Amino acid sequence: MNETKYWTWFMAAGVVILVLLGLHMMIMHLGAFTHLFVVDKGVEATAVVNSQSRDANLFFTITYVLLLGTALFHGLYGLRTILFELTLKKSMEKALSVLFIVLGLGLFCLGTWAAFTAHANALKAPAPQAAVSEGR
Amino acid sequence: MAEVKRFDNRLGLWGWLGGGRWGIERYAYILHRLTGLGILAYFLMHIVVTSLRAKGIYLWAGEDAILAKPIFKVGEFLVFAAFAYHAFNGLRLVFVEMGFAVGKPIEPIYPYKTSLGVQRPLFIAMMILAAIFFFAGGAEFLGLVK
Repeated sequence: MNETKYWTWFMAAGVVILVLLGLHMMIMHLGAFTHLFVVDKGVEATAVVNSQSRDANLFFTITYVLLLGTALFHGLYGLRTILFELTLKKSMEKALSVLFIVLGLGLFCLGTWAAFTAHANALKAPAPQAAVSEGR
Repeated sequence: MAEVKRFDNRLGLWGWLGGGRWGIERYAYILHRLTGLGILAYFLMHIVVTSLRAKGIYLWAGEDAILAKPIFKVGEFLVFAAFAYHAFNGLRLVFVEMGFAVGKPIEPIYPYKTSLGVQRPLFIAMMILAAIFFFAGGAEFLGLVK
């Protein structure tokens, strides 16, 4: 019964990831088409000035944490499902589950701390000079 | 509780990678798993690398940055391509799991009909969307669009 519940959460997490990671990819890999959320269009979306401007935006801080949690669950549960198909012993299945929970929670704490610290740092930093490279 | 009977994994890797007579959807399933594993491996490292920005370390920014080297740029594009496939094929799987685009149940009268033919237009539509994403990302990666 629990596995059915986890599988439903796994699918729901996939849909959330599709939206949030889709937005992330639109910014990072399709920026030449979308120009979404960049203060300096003359440099890449991954440039420090653009990265800091997103960190200063609470929308990104919250969605980063949401994406982090859903993606960790979706990814690690998916890997667990694949490994369990190897018909492992019960003790091994339990050990893997514990390992993935510890790994997932550890990385979630690290990423959440980083998102909020980067947000606080970006608010303290001087305002990014918009469109510097455009000569304005 | 009864002991589960275990069998040797006789087919080995081929048991996972071989599609046998199951058609294109089976290969889509295999590729879904492979792209998922690739994205997960990248994602676990991505969390650590991007967390360093909290300490002011941007390993990906600047010309001399480690992660700005061409090999990592190619790797990043491969992750993007994997995402494009995994996302749209995953959306198809969610639709199918929810019972959309699989057709109405029919009585199993010989010669039996498979629902795969009913599902295939959804598969093709999702692959077209994935391909659009892939080529758009490819155009940006190659610097064809500024």
